[in-house]
Amino acid sequence: MSTQESYVTEDGRTIGPTVMEMKNITLRFGGVKAITDISFDIREGEIRAIIGPNGAGKSSMLNVISGFYVPQEGEVWYKGKKRPPMKPYQVAEQGIARTFQNIALFEGMTVLDNVMTGRIRQMKAGLLSQAIWKGKAEKEEIENREFVEKIIDFLEIQAIRKTPVGRLPYGLKKRVELARALAAEPSILLLDEPMAGMNVEEKEDMSRFILDMNDEFGTTIALIEHDMGVVMDLSDRVVVMDYGKKIGDGTPDEVRSNQAVIDAYLGVAHD
Amino acid sequence: MAQSSQATGGLASIPALLQRNAVLYAEKAAYREKEFGIWQTWTWAETEKEVEALALGLINLGVNEGDFIAIIGRNRPYFYFAMAAAQSVGAVPVPVYNDSAAEEMEYILGHCGARFAIVEDQEQVDKIIEIQEHLHQFEHMIYIDPRGLRKYDHRALHEFSHVQNQGRAAYDEFIAELKTRREKLTYDSTCVMLYTSGTTGKPKGVVLSNRNVIESAKNSSEFDGLGADEEILSYLPMAWVGDFIFSIGQAYWCGFCVNCPESADTMMTDLREIGPTYYFAPPRIFETQLTNVMIRMEDSGDLKYAIFHHFMEFAKTTGEQFGMPKRSLAKPDMKRRIKNAWRYAMGIGFAAETIIENSIRLFFAKLRHGKKTRENFKAKDPILLNLYGGKLRDYFKYRMGAVLVYGPLKDTLGFGRVRVGYTAGEAIGPEIFDFYRSLGINLKQLYGQTEATVFITAQPDGQVRADTVGVPSPDVEIKIADNGEIFYRSPGTFVEYYNNPESTASTKDAEGWVATGDAGFFEEGSGHLRIIDRAKDVGKMADGSMFAPKYVENKLKFYPDILEAVLFGNGKDRCVAFINIDLTAVGNWAERNNVAYASYQELAGHPKVLDSIQEHVETVNKSVAQDPMLSGCQIHRFLVLHKELDADDGEMTRTRKVRRVVVADKFKDLVDALYDGSTQVSTTTEVTYEDGRKGSISATLELRDAAVVSTAAKVAAE
Repeated sequence: MSTQESYVTEDGRTIGPTVMEMKNITLRFGGVKAITDISFDIREGEIRAIIGPNGAGKSSMLNVISGFYVPQEGEVWYKGKKRPPMKPYQVAEQGIARTFQNIALFEGMTVLDNVMTGRIRQMKAGLLSQAIWKGKAEKEEIENREFVEKIIDFLEIQAIRKTPVGRLPYGLKKRVELARALAAEPSILLLDEPMAGMNVEEKEDMSRFILDMNDEFGTTIALIEHDMGVVMDLSDRVVVMDYGKKIGDGTPDEVRSNQAVIDAYLGVAHD
Repeated sequence: MAQSSQATGGLASIPALLQRNAVLYAEKAAYREKEFGIWQTWTWAETEKEVEALALGLINLGVNEGDFIAIIGRNRPYFYFAMAAAQSVGAVPVPVYNDSAAEEMEYILGHCGARFAIVEDQEQVDKIIEIQEHLHQFEHMIYIDPRGLRKYDHRALHEFSHVQNQGRAAYDEFIAELKTRREKLTYDSTCVMLYTSGTTGKPKGVVLSNRNVIESAKNSSEFDGLGADEEILSYLPMAWVGDFIFSIGQAYWCGFCVNCPESADTMMTDLREIGPTYYFAPPRIFETQLTNVMIRMEDSGDLKYAIFHHFMEFAKTTGEQFGMPKRSLAKPDMKRRIKNAWRYAMGIGFAAETIIENSIRLFFAKLRHGKKTRENFKAKDPILLNLYGGKLRDYFKYRMGAVLVYGPLKDTLGFGRVRVGYTAGEAIGPEIFDFYRSLGINLKQLYGQTEATVFITAQPDGQVRADTVGVPSPDVEIKIADNGEIFYRSPGTFVEYYNNPESTASTKDAEGWVATGDAGFFEEGSGHLRIIDRAKDVGKMADGSMFAPKYVENKLKFYPDILEAVLFGNGKDRCVAFINIDLTAVGNWAERNNVAYASYQELAGHPKVLDSIQEHVETVNKSVAQDPMLSGCQIHRFLVLHKELDADDGEMTRTRKVRRVVVADKFKDLVDALYDGSTQVSTTTEVTYEDGRKGSISATLELRDAAVVSTAAKVAAE
């Protein structure tokens, strides 16, 4: 596949070769074309943003990556191999984790238990062994708990470790969801509007966590976001979508000066 | 002054005490920190190893004797290691408040000329980098948490564990040097430098010698019979002298264990998990906890509510007698355990009966009163308790209360094992103080300051009252000047203010007497000291009567819905006051009464809130009028401030004491409005956010008149 050279960004992060490439993806729901012939790539260690006005097809794109939707046309290449159509859990097993635009946590369970569910992929012990909690199951649980505690520490949610998720405010729920995704040790993390509905302070916190995550764990991040300021500050490269088509792709500066993008955001008359 | 020139048993410094503990208490826990959800423990032997590795690493980095090393972070074992390591290499640790803004740090680091700083994380590193260009002598920074710092320029930035590793690697090279430096430490070498919070003007660096710290720790530990089995929770700022004495001085002297919470937010949970045997908190913490208990009781069921109030009422008069922990070791022996179990068993039968009888009564009360049950239902003692009479009845009733209320409540608050608890720094409300004591928590008061290495007076067991601060601590001499100001002289008396001979001279005279700046008097009979106010705050009203603002403010602050109060009136004919509401208490009240509010400001301006504050002010006026000396201090007019007084805005010190002058100056328009009789005033105030940005809030405040008790009328009535 792609043989791009690794390079080091201004702030000292190493961006590796392409890990995922979308080739000419087209997705239709009945007669409606949600995505039309879109291609872009995600490189290792980068923060890749997908932006666009409402209904542009951003979430659909993310759902294609995470295996929720299977595109009618086009190919998804992951780690140098073409990916056959897959179920979402198979995609997760390949190391792609995500968060949701509308929080999808287990409301009645504690924060700790919610984050532990993110480790499901790492638990190999059998049902019987799990039930009597001896041998392999016990050892595994301790290892997983240790990893989860590191994430709890990282995201500064120690104080709510034992609180049921249903009792938490919105901003913290978002953070718990992020923790759960991170617990899966993903090689690509997909964030669907991580900052929607947050106030400035919460946004700042979240941005810091995303940057730190990328920095500390070297996680590749693909995110959808509406807040332009955030996107331009965080991301290395941006894909811009409008009406299911790709209208721009490049660094934040390139995208900002792209006429098609300006039109899409400021609005021009459509025929 | 009785001072030994030689240290006890050659233990002349903190590093020397560490060496002793590493042998004597080798396998006993010295420090614990909750990390990754588990309490991580360092024994004294391990602590000694950690400190040694860091000390070698510091020599390796080029720390010289006499250097100052700033220590900035929340309470963590690593910082306590850092203090001991700094002392081991002959340097002086300077703990700095970790929530200080960059410019405040700039002043302190510049003033002491620190070459090194040991800091917690990216936040602190960023602050130092911001001010580094103004600090010419500053060289190296060591951080503990590497998160987010990977990309930083590491020429003058080092990770804590790397410094330790380098120290371990260079063991053979530097160990001789370290030993020489350690042996050079005497009883009179500097132990630590602590900056005062600075109620007025710039902070001053108080130099404390090993003698100050070790003698104070020794005396106070003996005073309260502290031993090696104590557990304390260290959560108060490391830059505050109290934390230094409890978590280093006394901990090293006695060899007890210091526990550090996981984060500031988890403090209460961690407190409960550890169950300290020796506890220290400013009144504010006790107030908050009491408010929380009361709020949660309001939300509880009718039966619990009635039983709680029934027993709390009873404990008010009997807690002192039956509840106080008997003097015993922190770890009770078998005999004491059996006794405790026996005491508990005494209550179980009656407790069960109480619940059954009262449930039945409540059932009928509900049929009769419906939704108004809570007001009309009172819990009663079980019938069988009438078998006993007099003192025996009280004994069994208290034991029963201990099973039903006091025990579980103490456990929830994390005070289940407290043998000695202290509160200091501000006056504590008598109701709050009595509440904790009636539960059987041995809460006492002490009076102290940084310059005295904390202890000036303390209350001995059995002589505890809310309105005094106790008798002089061991080896402390006290005299009261003609104007009421308190002077003391003790082995804990500080060496000097660093680089500030004028202030040193004006505070400490040639004979070693130190002015506290507080006015007070010794009570006849008991010999206890009572504090009136800061000596310089005590003024005169226009008619010549005494103006003691703190006295009135404290009375106001004892109400749970008032967080702060500031009284004005020095040189005027009448007093006026600013009030800060307590958002937790008032917010809860608003929720219960369906009062809608969107912000602190809106709640503070709500007419119903103002009504209830006015009621408090008028009650306080009545109580102030009782005292003929201070009856002039009654509040004629008041307003509720639209923002909380805050340390970031300079209105309070980092230890949360109001900077009277700053407040008077900043809100001059409001003070004027209170005096000119207007009923409304519009104002704009600049605020500083936590990240240092500035903003402003504007508000229109309502000014209210409060009824005062005319002293003339009172005289006539008599």
